[in-house]
Amino acid sequence: MSSLTSPSDAVAAGPLSAVTVSLSPSRRAWQRFRRNRLGFGSFVIFCTLFVLSLGAELISNDKPLVARYDSAWYFPILKSAPETTFGGDFETPTDFLDPFIRQQFAQAGNWALYPPNPYHHSTIDYFAKAPNPAPPSADNWLGTDDRGRDVAARLIYGFRISVLFALALTAIGTVLGVITGALQGFFGGKTDLAFQRFIEIWGSMPELYLLIIFAAVFDPSIGLLLILLSLFGWMGLSDYVRAEFLRNRQLDYVRAARALGLSNWQIIRRHVLPNSMTPVVTFLPFRMSGAILALTSLDFLGLGVPPGTPSLGELLAQGKNNIDAWWISLSTFSVLVITLLLLTFMGDALRDALDPRKAQK
Amino acid sequence: MNRNTPLLEVSNLRVAFDGKEVVRGIDFTIQPGEKLALVGESGSGKTVTALSLLRLVMHARITGTAGFLGRDLLALPESDLRGIRGSDIAMIFQEPMTALNPLFTVGEQIAEVLELKQGHSSVDAARMAIDLLAETGITEAQRRARAFPHQLSGGQRQRAMIAMALACKPRLLLADEPTTALDVTLRAQILDLLTALQRRNGMAVLLITHDLNLVRRFADRVAVMENGCIVEQGAVTQVFADPRHPYTRRLIDSRPERDVPPSFPDAVGHEPLMRAQALRVTYPVPLGGVRGWFAKGEFVAVRGADFVIPPGQTLGVIGESGSGKSTLALAALGLLPFSGALQVASGSWNQGAKANKALRQSVQVVFQDPFSSLSPRMTIEEIVGEGLRVHAPGLSTAQRQARVLTALEEVGLARAQFPGLLVRYPHEFSGGQRQRIAIARALIVEPKLLVLDEPTSALDVTIQKQILQLLQALQRERGLSYLLITHDVDVIRAMAHEVIVMKDGDVIESGSVEQVLGAPHHEYTRVLVAAAG
Repeated sequence: MSSLTSPSDAVAAGPLSAVTVSLSPSRRAWQRFRRNRLGFGSFVIFCTLFVLSLGAELISNDKPLVARYDSAWYFPILKSAPETTFGGDFETPTDFLDPFIRQQFAQAGNWALYPPNPYHHSTIDYFAKAPNPAPPSADNWLGTDDRGRDVAARLIYGFRISVLFALALTAIGTVLGVITGALQGFFGGKTDLAFQRFIEIWGSMPELYLLIIFAAVFDPSIGLLLILLSLFGWMGLSDYVRAEFLRNRQLDYVRAARALGLSNWQIIRRHVLPNSMTPVVTFLPFRMSGAILALTSLDFLGLGVPPGTPSLGELLAQGKNNIDAWWISLSTFSVLVITLLLLTFMGDALRDALDPRKAQK
Repeated sequence: MNRNTPLLEVSNLRVAFDGKEVVRGIDFTIQPGEKLALVGESGSGKTVTALSLLRLVMHARITGTAGFLGRDLLALPESDLRGIRGSDIAMIFQEPMTALNPLFTVGEQIAEVLELKQGHSSVDAARMAIDLLAETGITEAQRRARAFPHQLSGGQRQRAMIAMALACKPRLLLADEPTTALDVTLRAQILDLLTALQRRNGMAVLLITHDLNLVRRFADRVAVMENGCIVEQGAVTQVFADPRHPYTRRLIDSRPERDVPPSFPDAVGHEPLMRAQALRVTYPVPLGGVRGWFAKGEFVAVRGADFVIPPGQTLGVIGESGSGKSTLALAALGLLPFSGALQVASGSWNQGAKANKALRQSVQVVFQDPFSSLSPRMTIEEIVGEGLRVHAPGLSTAQRQARVLTALEEVGLARAQFPGLLVRYPHEFSGGQRQRIAIARALIVEPKLLVLDEPTSALDVTIQKQILQLLQALQRERGLSYLLITHDVDVIRAMAHEVIVMKDGDVIESGSVEQVLGAPHHEYTRVLVAAAG
């Protein structure tokens, strides 16, 4: 036995040196992704923008972050104070853009720390110097829209809603797509046939007209939109997952797992699913950009979010209605293009990183 | 031409990919009409050598010279080289299915060569294509010429490839593993055909292969390659009789040796581990026409097999691809529905999930391809320890880890040799090492019967011998029984006690290994044994 316990192929081939750090395939894919400068740069920028937009209230708000008035501390951003607190006449919430209030804070000992952009997405500046829509100025960096709201503020909040909506839609669509694709691919046969027929029927429903009808029947809301788009969004992915499962379930390691006595669920979870995630991960950024675009288009058509919600599509529609106010359409268009470009670059890099032919190297 | 001027003279050939040299300065010559064999294991650079002679390797840096009829193939302009490819130097590939275009008939593909290279009219070329096919021994050449590649059998496809390569009467034929994808019985035929055609046309052949039997039968001279270098070359008889280089010796010495416990007759006191009676496995196949809407046809993969596996003994199943031997293995594992009786240890499959799970512990499997049999996303510890999670769920993590290490040590993978062995992933191991891991995964649940489905066919010959030695040692120590599926007579001879021979789903012969291989009854078995040399 001693000669057998030291096989010469194990020794001679010896590709394993003592110092190499063992990396899982997904770790190696991540490293390839990091080496792609355009893709990884886009990823960093996108994440930064998204995290910043999550704190939009601190960046763009009409209430000061901290205020000191008559030797007392106030945090208007957390708790709104009536105007009487700051020497006003009414019990209404303070309008900090009011020149009178500004004057009060200019007195000795009083001060207020405003966010960088002192407008909320719903703020209407009743004290604006120019008629609406106003071109970019020192007060409104990207001008105002036709109701006098700050475009920069609406873009920041609109970006946040778009990305959050896209994340939710992508997550729901991915989970549904993976589950249905996995069931079809793993069990095959009649299960597969039934699902495929169902998908064919479901997929031939006129999605857009259903949306228009539902928009007329129900009150428009983000939640309703999410449900409607999710109902149709999972089909594209389920085909890919199904194909991966069909391929992987007949590989030898799955047979070996069966021979070991693992249950179907254990085989799916431990063996087939982890090896079938490549198309899912590759498509994530593209699905995100698709979702952002879908929300924007529906808003543009007026079928999307309820009125008053900051949305890129609604801004684009305003831009169309106010052709002279170029700053509305140009800035919205730029935000949209940059967002989609970042996602596309990330998607390309991910696809390269997960390419099995490159993984060999 | 002078007999002493070589047809092809290669000197200091080097091929590098991305700065990594795979062929490292080799020299060899081929005389007109000579048959040279280039032998080596996978990754030795033999195929790249052949392809680089015609500059068919992409993204490679090729240096050195290859003089062919007074011209340097490696320095010729691309347009001149194109004139040589196919007409002066032709090539046949390992897998004819992928080397032939699936959208054209084989006749068209052969005629195309004649039209392009020799300027024949399409009518003449079509007629000549049929003659060429007939010359390669294809029956009904006229009809076969109108067939698409998928309509031909593997052997016919390889004959068509040869007809295509020989269309322009080349002076040199590069044959890259021409018989590896074929069944054993066909190999000899194709080789005889190549020899006959070579003699008739007086062409030289560069045969690339890993199969020493082939070299012995076919070649005049042999060059042995290891890691991109030619370590030894000379006349076949001389190299085989008196190998100089240790690597050559190891190659020649790689024929598996028999070292198994003696067989005993199926006597009292030895309750068989597995007993099959009239075992029958079928696959549903779609029927054509309206009938297919309502019913499924039936393809019989195994038609009534009877066998017995006593404890501690090996039953070998031999047959060519499509004979149903792998289906038999899957049925024995209880992974395919079957009819007939199959007793496994003390039970049988189809007794409900719970009984099956207990049975699974006693029957385990090792598959052919070490690359697809290990999940690439699991660590070695997860792969090997998986069986324990199912069959010994009570173990603590530390206990499980200890058992995994013991199992790995038993198959020759010690932690001292491979730091961090348990957290490594399969891609970091070579084919032979992966096969050891697959064996450890099967052994850890302490099975009584191991189903070995072509356990060594995907491995190089020297590694094959080591894996077989490991299996023999495990059988001696643990008293394991094996159900060994293979197409290789040498492996059967080294491992099996009893043998059954399968062909087209039927068991055509069975008996002890001495009896079946020594005095075969059936015609097919005789061809099989003769082909193995």
